[in-house]
Amino acid sequence: MNPAFSVIFLTTLIGTGQGLFLALITAEAFSHMGALPVQDNAFYSTGSIVSLGLLVAGLTASFFHLGHPERAWRSAAMWRTSWLSREVIALPAFMGIVFVYGLLHYLNWNPTVFGTAALPETSLTLLVGIIGIVLCFALFICTGMIYACLKFLQEWHTPLTPINYTLFGMSSGFMLATAYATQYSAEVTGLFGTWAIILTVLALITRGASLMRNKRIKHRSTLSTAIGVRHSNIQQKSQGTMGGSYNTREFFHGKAAVFIKSVKWIFLILVFPIPLLLMSMGLSDNTAILLILAFAIQYVGLLAERWFFFAQANHPQNLYYQTI
Amino acid sequence: MTQLALVIDLNVCVGCHACVTSCKQWNTSGASGSLMDDNPYGKDPTGTFFNRVQTFEVGTFPNTETIHFPKSCLHCEDPPCVPVCPTGASYKREEDGIVLVDYDKCIGCGYCAWACPYGMRELDEDQKVMKKCTLCVDRIYDEALPESERKPACVLACPTSARLFGDVHDPESEASLAITERGGYPLMPEWGTQPANHYLPRRKTEIKVHEDELTRVDNPLKKDGHLPKTDPNEPFLEDNTSW
Repeated sequence: MNPAFSVIFLTTLIGTGQGLFLALITAEAFSHMGALPVQDNAFYSTGSIVSLGLLVAGLTASFFHLGHPERAWRSAAMWRTSWLSREVIALPAFMGIVFVYGLLHYLNWNPTVFGTAALPETSLTLLVGIIGIVLCFALFICTGMIYACLKFLQEWHTPLTPINYTLFGMSSGFMLATAYATQYSAEVTGLFGTWAIILTVLALITRGASLMRNKRIKHRSTLSTAIGVRHSNIQQKSQGTMGGSYNTREFFHGKAAVFIKSVKWIFLILVFPIPLLLMSMGLSDNTAILLILAFAIQYVGLLAERWFFFAQANHPQNLYYQTI
Repeated sequence: MTQLALVIDLNVCVGCHACVTSCKQWNTSGASGSLMDDNPYGKDPTGTFFNRVQTFEVGTFPNTETIHFPKSCLHCEDPPCVPVCPTGASYKREEDGIVLVDYDKCIGCGYCAWACPYGMRELDEDQKVMKKCTLCVDRIYDEALPESERKPACVLACPTSARLFGDVHDPESEASLAITERGGYPLMPEWGTQPANHYLPRRKTEIKVHEDELTRVDNPLKKDGHLPKTDPNEPFLEDNTSW
């Protein structure tokens, strides 16, 4: 596939925004249980604004992928069958919840919703946050399933695809949250940093698994099944056009194998070892600049990761477009 | 239920591209506006086509065979491009099984093209909507045309009648009979899309000549009434026996 930067920015930006929101609600839940000191409302409201900003930026990027962005509202119609449609619903719903969550903290309006002897007291913001968690994971699943549901794109058709999207979004979100939390409290920074490291290591395991899976993938379609001629030696002589077509522009990245391989190693280095190192160094002496750098480097790495994710997928239609 | 489709005979397709130009002419002149044609007479001509003819070579020289392969939407019975469409612009008609795009609803996201394993959908880069073969839906039901012309433009254009058009759910139709009697097959059956369009395979024209057709079984001498004469060099009865 030919990677589209609109989709690369969409998936990485909303992933980070989602991860940041999950970090905020984690902090609130921990402080609610008394494991962390209670934070200012400003910590949550400003964090929600940053998360919302990332989600809006991602949504804006996605519009550049559309031929007719003015008709984008139509895309919520087919949620029964289309994961893309489901994402189109889940994303604004999640943005709305993040907005409400931030607003409640900003207004400091936090009554106890329910609480009994058996159940701990639940405040309104915590309840909204829990709804947010559900929507956040629904959005991660929708985003991943857009790719994983296409069964003949065998590189993507695996449960590892939504898992990777979720873990990458969470790790970059928690990295950002760690850098952000240095302004407020060392305990929260420590909590977020620990989770950022755990999530990055988990993402390394699952992305490594998908890389290994894709390395030995056996494509089911061949030129023989594509044109229905049972022969081991079939060559294309003409694709019916000399100047290329949508099929050659959309489905081929046109880069050399060595370029693809270097992007793979670049993302493997930028996403995993460098941020992990910077994160552990930054956490030991609580240096904000190292934590910001850890997030920024991992984000750049994730852009490369997403580019590689698209470029690696080999669409069976390419069998029909082997030569001019 | 009706399922209109094309049956394409690879045995007689000569790769003349008449179906391609005829398709382009008809569909670029339709109500939905022109199909993109960028730089048509320039260095890198490109554009949107519903139908393309590709050429493949099978075998190793000198035992090769050229296959001209017309490629257009297969109007799958289980089209993977339809459920993924977020707006419902892509749909499969109940009444005749044609897979169509509502150009007024399409947002041009390109997801359906990703979901088609055959690469039969092409985004019109001028109109920014997805386009694909309509089986000339604006032609096959047009009662202003004589009945013999109510067929897709590609079918009418084919000089070798390599393209048959009909209802593949009707076992008596010309298209169905061609599939059942001449070994029609679908493309990429491994994905379960059940393409409605079928292809008829190449067939070598061979006359099987049996050996007994080259040498006559009947003895011609016997037939003509001549009795065989003994070879003068062979032993004579009297050489072996004596009275």
